[in-house]
Amino acid sequence: MLAAALSALLSWWSPGVAAVEIHDFASAAEQERYRVLIDELRCPQCQNQNLAASDAPIAADLRTEVLRLLRAGKSDTEIIDFLVGRYGDFVLYRPRWQPATYLLWLGPGGLLIAAGLTVVLVVRRQRRAPPQAVLDGAAHATLTRLLDENGERSVDDRR
Amino acid sequence: MIPEYGHFALILAFCLSLVLAVVPMLGATLGRPLWMACARPLAFGQFVLAAISFGCLAAAFLGDDFSVRYVAQNGNSLLPVYYKLSAVWGAHEGSLLLWVLVLAGWTAAVAAFSRELPPELVARVLAVMGMIAVGFHLFMLLTSNPFERLLPMAPAEGRDLNPLLQDFGLIVHPPLLYMGYVGLSVPFAFAIAALLGGRMDVAWTRWTRPWTNIAWAFLTIGITLGSWWAYYELGWGGWWFWDPVENASFMPWLIATALVHSLAVTEKRGLFRGWTLLLAIFAFALSLLGTFLVRSGVLTSVHAFASDPTRGVFVLMFLGVVIGGSLLLYGLRAPALRVPASFGWRSREAFVLANNGMLAVITAVILLGTLYPLVADVMGWGKISVGPPYFNSFFVPLTLVLALLMGIGALLQWKDSAPAPLARAAGLGALVAVPAAGLLPWLWGSWQWGAALALAAAAWIAALTVRDLWRKSAFAPSRWQGLRRLRGSYWGMVCAHLGVAVAIAGAGVAASYSSQQEVQMRPGDVLAVAGYEFRFDGVTARDGPNYWAQIGAFDVRRNGRVVAHLAPEKRRYQGGQVMTEAGIDASLGRDLYVVLGEPLGDTAWAVRVHVKPLMRWVWLGGVLIALGAVMAVGDRRYRRPAPVRAAVPANVTGT
Amino acid sequence: MARIRLFVPLIIFLALAALLYLGLGHDPRELPSALVDRPVPAFALPALGDDKPLDQTLFRGGPRLLNVWATWCSACRDEHPFLVELARAGVSIVGLDYKDDPAAARRWLADMGNPYQEVIADREGRLGLDLGVYGAPETYVIDAAGVIRYRHVGVLNAQVWRERIEPVYRQWQTP
Repeated sequence: MLAAALSALLSWWSPGVAAVEIHDFASAAEQERYRVLIDELRCPQCQNQNLAASDAPIAADLRTEVLRLLRAGKSDTEIIDFLVGRYGDFVLYRPRWQPATYLLWLGPGGLLIAAGLTVVLVVRRQRRAPPQAVLDGAAHATLTRLLDENGERSVDDRR
Repeated sequence: MIPEYGHFALILAFCLSLVLAVVPMLGATLGRPLWMACARPLAFGQFVLAAISFGCLAAAFLGDDFSVRYVAQNGNSLLPVYYKLSAVWGAHEGSLLLWVLVLAGWTAAVAAFSRELPPELVARVLAVMGMIAVGFHLFMLLTSNPFERLLPMAPAEGRDLNPLLQDFGLIVHPPLLYMGYVGLSVPFAFAIAALLGGRMDVAWTRWTRPWTNIAWAFLTIGITLGSWWAYYELGWGGWWFWDPVENASFMPWLIATALVHSLAVTEKRGLFRGWTLLLAIFAFALSLLGTFLVRSGVLTSVHAFASDPTRGVFVLMFLGVVIGGSLLLYGLRAPALRVPASFGWRSREAFVLANNGMLAVITAVILLGTLYPLVADVMGWGKISVGPPYFNSFFVPLTLVLALLMGIGALLQWKDSAPAPLARAAGLGALVAVPAAGLLPWLWGSWQWGAALALAAAAWIAALTVRDLWRKSAFAPSRWQGLRRLRGSYWGMVCAHLGVAVAIAGAGVAASYSSQQEVQMRPGDVLAVAGYEFRFDGVTARDGPNYWAQIGAFDVRRNGRVVAHLAPEKRRYQGGQVMTEAGIDASLGRDLYVVLGEPLGDTAWAVRVHVKPLMRWVWLGGVLIALGAVMAVGDRRYRRPAPVRAAVPANVTGT
Repeated sequence: MARIRLFVPLIIFLALAALLYLGLGHDPRELPSALVDRPVPAFALPALGDDKPLDQTLFRGGPRLLNVWATWCSACRDEHPFLVELARAGVSIVGLDYKDDPAAARRWLADMGNPYQEVIADREGRLGLDLGVYGAPETYVIDAAGVIRYRHVGVLNAQVWRERIEPVYRQWQTP
């Protein structure tokens, strides 16, 4: 992966230096909000980096802007709206809930339900498969354990 | 002349792969022993030629032959010898050559260690691997020849390797990762051979399992190393970014994980055969998809190679032929017959199935998130980004559910388990997990949800795994003998599952309790972070082989005692690129991580300090998982001939 | 029937491959402006040189190009001669001197020719931020009503002009 961070990126910023910036925060809460915001906002110029990790000039400008808005008493939503209004949805690493992202946000739930149903159906089907020789619980457990230890069950106990 | 020899060797290797792809396959179909028998020598020959070709490119780097375009772009006479060597795979063309070499290596290994396999199977497996090699050889020769010359205007000096890559990480990470990626071609080839030959019996799974495990172990280590490298090299304390290229390595890993488990069921119970074949195909398909994503430029990534649409078209065509063809074959020949084996809800089969379902869902979600910006763009819905907040919000809960299933699944018997012992086991697990969630987080000073859930999941897995180990070793005169009697594959599972627990605990705690401070420091200043006092002792200058460095000195104390000296660096390379090298002190309990920023007038510097508890556990977990995979391969049943009789219908064809 | 189910993976794969094929034709880095079809943001900035106050009414009666440049931007130097050429051909261009030193900017125009009708001096980059500028050079097409119609990021040369910008510019020339 990193093996790739390369070459023709001349005009694009390579992820060499994560800038160290010093700000005086009014409170720990403000500092935390700032950190979360610059973590979840994408640098519009860079390959794929958030504002926090990028040393591109625009990322520095936008960090300053986020901090300025924070200090002006803006809410997180207002700050995000401010940036989206200028740079588009591209700057959001957490895409907003809107028609273009319905599939993105609902897809995982749908997949989980589909997979869950499949598992349930397969197990129910296999439960109804032909009966096998019946041992009582304890005897069966002992037998399987012994077979397990010897690594010999593979062919013998299958039906 | 050396580059020309290399180019020539590559062309010869291509020719051999072409013969390898065709003749043994025909031999297997027509039943000609001689045609089949030529697969082995061809595989060895291909490997020797690929190695010669690779050696020639390495020689061009070592000899500073800047008339070769690739060397001129990525080499430099001032590079230390080990970086000259690793620069061979530092960019697109050379890394493809490494890919081809690794593929030839796996092919030769299969040829060497397959004496007991039926000749038709060997012939088919090697031929399928030959087909893959044909594709990659063609890709190199047609679009990405590393031996291309810059004549007659050869530059006097090379443009140098990207400083980010002048690191130990580049030496080890790509080769190991490629061993994993390309290693997945072996189970893939076995799957195709099974579909073509119509045989998928116990013997088949016994041969496939060790290869799959080894490839999976390499992939695990490759990804772990990549994460560790990004952590110390990128300089902001992150270790996983959900970047498309990282996802591209993680998806085949997840599917290979599912495959490792599903193969176990197929071997022991003859079940899930179609699913196992499908997983083998998909694991390799996703590793090829990764190649496509990295090299075609359809997605932006921090790690992307210089992109080129013609390369993208080629890889996509190759992907279409290889994977489309395989899935077509699957549709036509996969076992459609239902195996009449029965199992209940409390069976290992059911839980492996659920595990596979979860892993497939996680993979699909990552694929969805990775490709969604592309979907939105192609559909005209605008440019959007999908990043860590999205992935984490699905990956974390799904992984926790997986951990819950994993703890129980490993205890279960095949077919069905008695409810009472199971309830006792779950009770014990809960008895350990609940206090772990309630109390352990206080070790780091406060109680947080994320860490509590992660610790509960880790404790749950660890408790149930150790309990099972304890019970399984009880049927022997002594505990020691009992432990020694357990099989390699069981030890492998224990080790890998504990590895998962360790990684989950590390990720949860590191994510919840990392502290970070960015301040201005002058020599003598002391900064307190998370109970550690960092004293800055100024900056000294030092010259490296091809860079100038400024090195900060930090003393770290805890309770008045010095626990570490850190020396973060800021390097300016000849090309003008500036790199930070974090100063890191690692221990099992925590990482201390210092980054030197910009000088701020007179003697002051901007400094960032992180304290990251249990950071090492993340990678330790990865190492344990890989170790587990290797231990399972050591199981004695893989070292003796597989049973000849097959209890299930050996013929898998349904048509 | 069971056999048809076995082709589901193939169908999913083909859909995916089609998506990837279409994706090859899209540049993921090309980021259209969020302000397309919206008016130029309100601003009140001095003109470069004479400090004459300028505001968004400057863009009435276009179409005009708005070219974002700076003396620290090396690619701007590459595109400058072409801008001069365009201006000679009668294209109306407004410059936005972005986060720059006014003295250096004046020297630049004196040395290399001034293709701009007006140059807005945006020392703090406020207008640049409101426009969503993320790196010079950028060129916007603005119609007669002062509405942004297109943005190009990167060097403006003859090919870019011919293939991308001129069609938009001509479209808004005759309402």
